[in-house]
Amino acid sequence: MTLTPRIVEVRQNVLKKNDILARALRERFQASGVYVVNLVSSPGAGKTTALTHILTELSTSHRVAAIVGDLATENDAERLRESGADVRQITTGTVCHLEAQMVEEALHGWSLDTLDFLFIENVGNLVCPASYDLGEHERVVLFSVTEGEDKPEKYPTLINSSDTVIMTKIDLAEAVDFNRERFLRAVERVRPGIAVYEISAKTGAGLKEWANRLIEARNHIFPMVQN
Amino acid sequence: MHELSIAQNMLDIAQEIAEEQGLLRITQIHLRLGVLSGVVKEALFFAYDIVAQGTMAEASSLVIEEVPVVIFCPECQEERSLFRPIPMRCPVCQTKTADIRSGREIDIIAVEGV
Repeated sequence: MTLTPRIVEVRQNVLKKNDILARALRERFQASGVYVVNLVSSPGAGKTTALTHILTELSTSHRVAAIVGDLATENDAERLRESGADVRQITTGTVCHLEAQMVEEALHGWSLDTLDFLFIENVGNLVCPASYDLGEHERVVLFSVTEGEDKPEKYPTLINSSDTVIMTKIDLAEAVDFNRERFLRAVERVRPGIAVYEISAKTGAGLKEWANRLIEARNHIFPMVQN
Repeated sequence: MHELSIAQNMLDIAQEIAEEQGLLRITQIHLRLGVLSGVVKEALFFAYDIVAQGTMAEASSLVIEEVPVVIFCPECQEERSLFRPIPMRCPVCQTKTADIRSGREIDIIAVEGV
């Protein structure tokens, strides 16, 4: 028997499985009336602190909860629980990003109808999370002033998959000689027109503006169930 | 990095296609990779060799075609290609745009085998 080489032409997205699961999640979030935000940043940019504060801020008027992904510990979940919100931990082991399937498993037995906002804190990483849709409504990328002004230009893929930029730790800007204009120019070169919010968890600056923006975005998606 | 899980997904899909088509062995996989896919080509080659070991794709080669970012320029009303994603501007008239039409692909386009 002679074997003839053959070429089979196809066109299939390698991440199709994740995309299908993410689509199902998005439909579920939509049906439950819960606005879902995926937070991405490098390790140490201040995701957990920012999230603890935004959960506290929003919980005065809305029902909030969070899922947090981490390689090994439950420390972040414990910190987030200080806000009073319901928090679930996903421990990813060696996986450097969250996938739709992990989120689906974490949601098991959770009644999403009882929530207005669900935050998903991704694993600290500015590369890998870009490729994985989690079914979120909004993807927020956080950069701290201590990371320098050109960070956005080093990670164009992630910013280009994000909807909002949050500049964190602005109380430290002066101490680290952070050039705000240069940072904003870098963001603009990579993703023209993206909204940028500047916050400090320490002084509370900018948190109210960010919370209001989230509420507005939610009301836009779910106009019938405004609070 | 996530190239290992991308390589595994890619191999699973290629094997499924090969089996459907009655191939006994995979000799080559052709992939289209967008500049904004977030996948590092070199890391993917490395990961692919590892996941292919002991499978019907062992010793096969991975052929990657890199795809530029295609943006839509609101001023020219035309699609334009960018081989670097910075700055996000029309290369002809310099108008800024965030309207990305393609460049995020991680697509298998062909599986070769016997």
